[in-house]
Amino acid sequence: MTGTMSKAVAIDIRGVNLSYGATPVLKNVDLSIQPGEFFAFLGPSGCGKTTLLRLIAGFAQAQTGQVLLDGQDVAALPPWKRDVGMVFQSYALWPHMTVAKNVAFGLEERRLPRREIERRVRDALDLVGLSAFADRRPAQLSGGQQQRVAVARTIAIEPKVLLLDEPLSNLDAKMRVSVRRELRTLQRRLGLTTIFVTHDQEEANTICDRMAVMESGIIRQVGTPMELYERPGNLFVAGFLGSANILDGRVAGDVFEVAGGARLPLPEHVKVPLGAKLVFRPQHARLADSGMLRGPIVHREFLGSTVRYGVRLGGAEVLIDAPFQSGDDLRAAGDLVCVALPPERALYLAA
Amino acid sequence: MSDRAAPAPSVRFADTFPSRAPRGGRIPVSGQAVLALAIALFLLVFLVVPVATVAYVAFTEKGTGAPTLVNFLDFARTDLFVRSFWNSLYVSAMTVVWASVLALPLAYLTTRFEFRGAALVQTLGFLPLIMPPFVGAVAMQLLFGRNGTVNLLLEEWFDFKIGLMEGLNGVIFLQAIHYFPFILVNLSAALRNIDRAMEEAAQNLGSHGFRLFRRIALPLAMPGYVAGASLVFVKVFDDVASPLLLNVKEMLAPQAYLRITSIGIDDPMGYVISVVLIVLAVVTMWGSAQVLKGKDYATAQRGGGGLARRRLTRGQSVMAYGVVLLVLALVLAPHLGLVLLSLATVWSFSPLPDDYTLAHYARVLGDSSIYIKNTLLYAGLAAAIDVAIGGAIAYLVLRTRLPGRQMLDWMAGAALAVPGVVLGIGYLRAFYGVTLPGGVPLATLWIMIVLAIAIRRLPYALRAAYAALQQISIALEEAAENLGATKARTVRRVVIPLMTGGLLAGFVTSFATAAVELSAVLMLVQNNSDAPLSYGLYVLMQTPAGRGAGAALGVVAVIIVAVCMGLSQLAADRSQRARGLDI
Ligand SMILES: Nc1ncnc2c1ncn2[C@@H]1O[C@H](COP(=O)(O)OP(=O)(O)OP(=O)(O)O)[C@@H](O)[C@H]1O
Ligand SMILES: [Mg+2]
Repeated sequence: MTGTMSKAVAIDIRGVNLSYGATPVLKNVDLSIQPGEFFAFLGPSGCGKTTLLRLIAGFAQAQTGQVLLDGQDVAALPPWKRDVGMVFQSYALWPHMTVAKNVAFGLEERRLPRREIERRVRDALDLVGLSAFADRRPAQLSGGQQQRVAVARTIAIEPKVLLLDEPLSNLDAKMRVSVRRELRTLQRRLGLTTIFVTHDQEEANTICDRMAVMESGIIRQVGTPMELYERPGNLFVAGFLGSANILDGRVAGDVFEVAGGARLPLPEHVKVPLGAKLVFRPQHARLADSGMLRGPIVHREFLGSTVRYGVRLGGAEVLIDAPFQSGDDLRAAGDLVCVALPPERALYLAA
Repeated sequence: MSDRAAPAPSVRFADTFPSRAPRGGRIPVSGQAVLALAIALFLLVFLVVPVATVAYVAFTEKGTGAPTLVNFLDFARTDLFVRSFWNSLYVSAMTVVWASVLALPLAYLTTRFEFRGAALVQTLGFLPLIMPPFVGAVAMQLLFGRNGTVNLLLEEWFDFKIGLMEGLNGVIFLQAIHYFPFILVNLSAALRNIDRAMEEAAQNLGSHGFRLFRRIALPLAMPGYVAGASLVFVKVFDDVASPLLLNVKEMLAPQAYLRITSIGIDDPMGYVISVVLIVLAVVTMWGSAQVLKGKDYATAQRGGGGLARRRLTRGQSVMAYGVVLLVLALVLAPHLGLVLLSLATVWSFSPLPDDYTLAHYARVLGDSSIYIKNTLLYAGLAAAIDVAIGGAIAYLVLRTRLPGRQMLDWMAGAALAVPGVVLGIGYLRAFYGVTLPGGVPLATLWIMIVLAIAIRRLPYALRAAYAALQQISIALEEAAENLGATKARTVRRVVIPLMTGGLLAGFVTSFATAAVELSAVLMLVQNNSDAPLSYGLYVLMQTPAGRGAGAALGVVAVIIVAVCMGLSQLAADRSQRARGLDI
């Protein structure tokens, strides 16, 4: 693709509330996406990811708040004037047009010269590896191929912003990895501000610069994948990204008293929010012979490089990952063990 | 207004007869076979034989019976027929064009914009069923003709006239007004079923307004449009009475009628024309099926929903209501004209009748009430025959493995391609020679009129029966059998009760449309005492003195049909509720 590197565009969403009838779908959404950034929306099904994309593309109207592209409020712009390319969750390929015609559509609407259209269609199809399929109808393509046509169709118009609604959901694992890389390379080359919707966290982790984790219409946290994993801001984010052990308890002076009686010292600078629970990742704790958190092993799973133990602590069950070297002795179910947790690894998070 | 399409206007050639892998025999095979044979025999005698007779006469030499193409050569050499052929083609094509001009904006408006008049527009879909074009023909002449209301007023105020009702244009105008709803209903349904992402994707790539409609929505809705348009084309091509009532004789279907009635049933020309009419209907249906081939886009799309409706700006609103009111005025004009005419003492050369009277109704409900009685009898019998045969065919096709059952389906469906006038001519020719013991020709019995109407309406009743049966889960029948009911008893105690609502709706629709069937009737009525209402109306409308009474008959017909349509809607709703389906 010979993409003329147009100036990348920032996306700002300010105080957006959107509801369908009486059902609120987006609540108080504030978000700033940097020019040229590859940004992901991550969240469970029905949390409003598609709705937020549709808002940016102009297909949904917010009751309050603003959407700014490159600093301009786009409320008055209809979808066809926004220059925001969107790849639909259902692809929305037109069955009455060939693949090439589908890809050419946006260029024809822009009244480009025929030569130019042909060239850009060819380039876009090359890019997604479908040049050989130019004359087929969408119905004659596999799900993954259709998805790539949908991407090509949007890329061809070289939009200011690229919105991808779960663009990889129908590809097999191998294809998914390679298309993901291609998308990333392409996005870098064109300097396109891109939003990528997914509910697969691995996908989000590998592809994006930053991401927003959403839960029922609320943005729970924004940050790089590593930040969100290492320092989740709340229980939802901690539980949604990777596995996390969560234990009830309360603050008593300079210790955190876990339900069941065990007391963990609180490091000095730690601030524990109201109603917080103790959160830690399975790989951050160890099995030890002595310590405050004591309980029986209830199950054991061999995962190859690690062994995952389930330990009952009071009313809760926590998971502990122990690295495995050949020759190691494994603990058996029923053994009474202690869980050792370095205080700096303990997180105290509210809902 | 519910989103359900009007039952009859949405009949499409391409998908009329669903079939499904049947599961096991349910009535004992011998019983099934007897039933199937009886139906086959009926269709053979009253559909295949008459049509074959027509073809036979067209392709053989008069007198000797030797096979020949001479008759067709004669047809091609006769200026009148060639002219009539082109006229019919022109009128049908132009009707489709004008009907599309009326239907397109309405379909677009109601499916793509938030528009309060949408329900109103949808009810337009029922109007051509309530009143076929020949009923309103004379009234339209009085409203829009050279010396009709509109032109008299135009002349008085602006000193000019418009030739809306002149010659072929009159036929086109009349037919387009009556038949555009067939296109409207099919097209709107298709537009509503388009996955909204299809259009949003186009908007996202920079397309909007009319270009968006032309490049995305219209091609995707094309199957619906073609289905509606081909139906209109064939109906107009086959219409006998409307052109004749507008005094247009040089069209093909009217020529067939005139030839047989004026020269006699031995003259081959009427038969040649009949063959041409059938071929044209078949070609049109085949052509529409070809156009639609591989274009069943419904499967290529996810759920429907249509594009989020846009709000109309104030200016657009004004325009939209303007268009809808104009169309509504046109659609209601024949109804209004008919009512005025039925109440008028004298109405000619004046914008409105000179004076009003109820005498025409007195006459129609008194002396001429035989027409109404005959209509109720004929339409009732025909509809009963249709429902019985339609239900039986649907059962045999969907629920049994009887070999050859598909043949029944094709035969019944083939009736769609046989114009009424052709069926009438076929009956005359095939059954005139057959006499009863008393020497009375079979063809002159009133029951022949009933049978011809029944055959004409059978495809529609069949479709209703399929729909009714398909909604019944086979598990219900299996449960009955599992509890010890025999197959025949299962049909009687489970299938028929469950189908009742659907069949009733089919009965009432068949009845309503049979009540205004004319083209076959026109050929078969031998004396006035056997004539149904549509025939009486046609005869009365021929003379200025009879017009008032004719119009009163027309009003009665419209009321009968409208009431039936209402009942059919009610029956369909109730049967859905009875099955526990949400309506
Ligand atoms: N047109 C609509 N009318 C009413 N409610 C809607 C409409 N569209 C979406 N919703 C509701 O809004 C919520 C958010 O929907 P959205 O499609 O944005 O979810 P999503 O995060 O994209 O989910 P998924 O991962 O399943 O695609 C859902 O609860 C949904 O039911
Ligand atoms: Mg979604």
